Amino acid sequence: MTDARRTVEVVWRIEAPRLIASLARLVRDVGLAEELAQDAFVAALEQWPREGVPERPGAWLMATAKHRAIDRIRRERARDDKYAQLAADPSLAAAGSAPAPEDTVEALDDDLLSLIFTACHPVLPREARVALTLRLLGGLTTEEIARAFLVPPATLGQRISRAKRTLREAQVPFAVPQEDELAERLSAVLEVVYLVFNEGYAATSGDDWVRRDLAGEAMRLGRVLAGLMPREPEVHGLLALMALQASRFPARTGPGGEHILLADQDRGRWDRTLIAHGLAALQRATRLRRPLGPYTLQAAIAAVHARAPTFADTDWEAIVALYDALAQLTPSPVVALNRAVAILHADGPQAALDALGEVLDDPRMARHHLLGAVHGDVLARLGRHAEAAEALERAAEVAPTPRERALLLERAAAASRAAG
Amino acid sequence: MKVMVMVKSAAADEDRIQPKPEVFEAMAAYNEELVKAGIMLDGAGLRPSSQGKKIVFQHGETSVVDGPFTEAKEVIGGYWVWEVRSMDEALEWARRCPHDRDSDTPQILEIRPYATAEDYGDDLPDGIREREAAMAREIEEQHGRAPLGEA
Repeated sequence: MTDARRTVEVVWRIEAPRLIASLARLVRDVGLAEELAQDAFVAALEQWPREGVPERPGAWLMATAKHRAIDRIRRERARDDKYAQLAADPSLAAAGSAPAPEDTVEALDDDLLSLIFTACHPVLPREARVALTLRLLGGLTTEEIARAFLVPPATLGQRISRAKRTLREAQVPFAVPQEDELAERLSAVLEVVYLVFNEGYAATSGDDWVRRDLAGEAMRLGRVLAGLMPREPEVHGLLALMALQASRFPARTGPGGEHILLADQDRGRWDRTLIAHGLAALQRATRLRRPLGPYTLQAAIAAVHARAPTFADTDWEAIVALYDALAQLTPSPVVALNRAVAILHADGPQAALDALGEVLDDPRMARHHLLGAVHGDVLARLGRHAEAAEALERAAEVAPTPRERALLLERAAAASRAAG
Repeated sequence: MKVMVMVKSAAADEDRIQPKPEVFEAMAAYNEELVKAGIMLDGAGLRPSSQGKKIVFQHGETSVVDGPFTEAKEVIGGYWVWEVRSMDEALEWARRCPHDRDSDTPQILEIRPYATAEDYGDDLPDGIREREAAMAREIEEQHGRAPLGEA
């Protein structure tokens, strides 16, 4: 790859979000804006290697895209109402003199926020929101996103074009939501960012760097959001949660690629810079003095772990209290299970067994091997070894990997022996 | 990846470089862009080397050298810490750094990726990682940790 080509690609990743956002404000259609931006990108691929990289590559892309927009509007206005409307818009007439006078810092911020909210609009299915966000705000190519999500590029391409069509047909306005729907729409945005993060977090093997990159991209999106919406505590809460979880990346896999549980991780390998950033973001979230949201609560739990020198020194009472709050805010069997684990370490196995009560019968947890693993552990600590063996065997049946299955069967056998 | 970007200039010219107001203006706008892009982690400017000192160890001797470091080819005037996706991206951001076009002396940005514990592999003696983690926790204690449940 030539240097100029590499420059075009890296400039694209940097400029794509703002370019698409500014164009979307002009043409009031995210899909069309993305196509125009792509056109400009292709033009850069043709021209820059030949004529050199322009002094201000972002402005060059913007001016080129606006020219393309005008060309297209002239061509199409005869047969399409939408283009006829756009042709009458004075802001496009001034195109070419980039940056246009209306491109103030505030306007750009507003455009970028509008783009984020549009890409994560509830009218779209969840997986389309994720793909569109990475495409429009991460500057990732369809191939990169496809590789990251382990789907064929053609499938992902269709997902994106269908999403753009849906936005057009539903006439989703290109705007930041009004106050009354902001909370709900923001939580849709945060959900997308966290989904991207988890996709990267779940990747462990060395060869899937594209997937691990997703975690970094999600954190970058989180920082962008925190800059755009500094008064929203959950934005900082999510950023804190991601940083604190990512701080454990280097410690959570062993030399053979096997998963290492929190209790057994070498805490010396935790990334202290990320921990410091996570704790600072958590502080920003709590300082806003609003009720703690689910991301901030989860970040607070992760912070207790981050501060504990060893697993045994963990402040389990604090964690139980935080899970109490989380279970009230967002009740779910997984939260209840984690709460029971915290209770096990804070108050012992009998209290934990009581806490497990309802979770054990929850049909949503039937295929969740960790429930059986925890249940078995609690029973064994109570000396009820035969029941423990039974719970562990059931857990082994639904274990997601052969390795985890083998470990659970080993523990079941040990419990059986203890039962005599 | 995390990189440090060091702002350097020729030592001989250090005191002659007095940024023009428009460079300050451009630098503020540039910093804002870095923050908005979500890549800026940290950054600061340093006073001229005339206010600095060096301590030099050699052959068991220790000596102190007072600034300015006129004998140095380049001196650091400031730094940024960026989180970027690649060295190419860091280079592209660095290319956009405001500079004085009329200046005869070179203005240099040096970009260096951070080393991680993994880079040292098995060369780290036993227990060093644990001790560093303990120190990092202590630094957090000393310099403001986020109090829980403050809200």
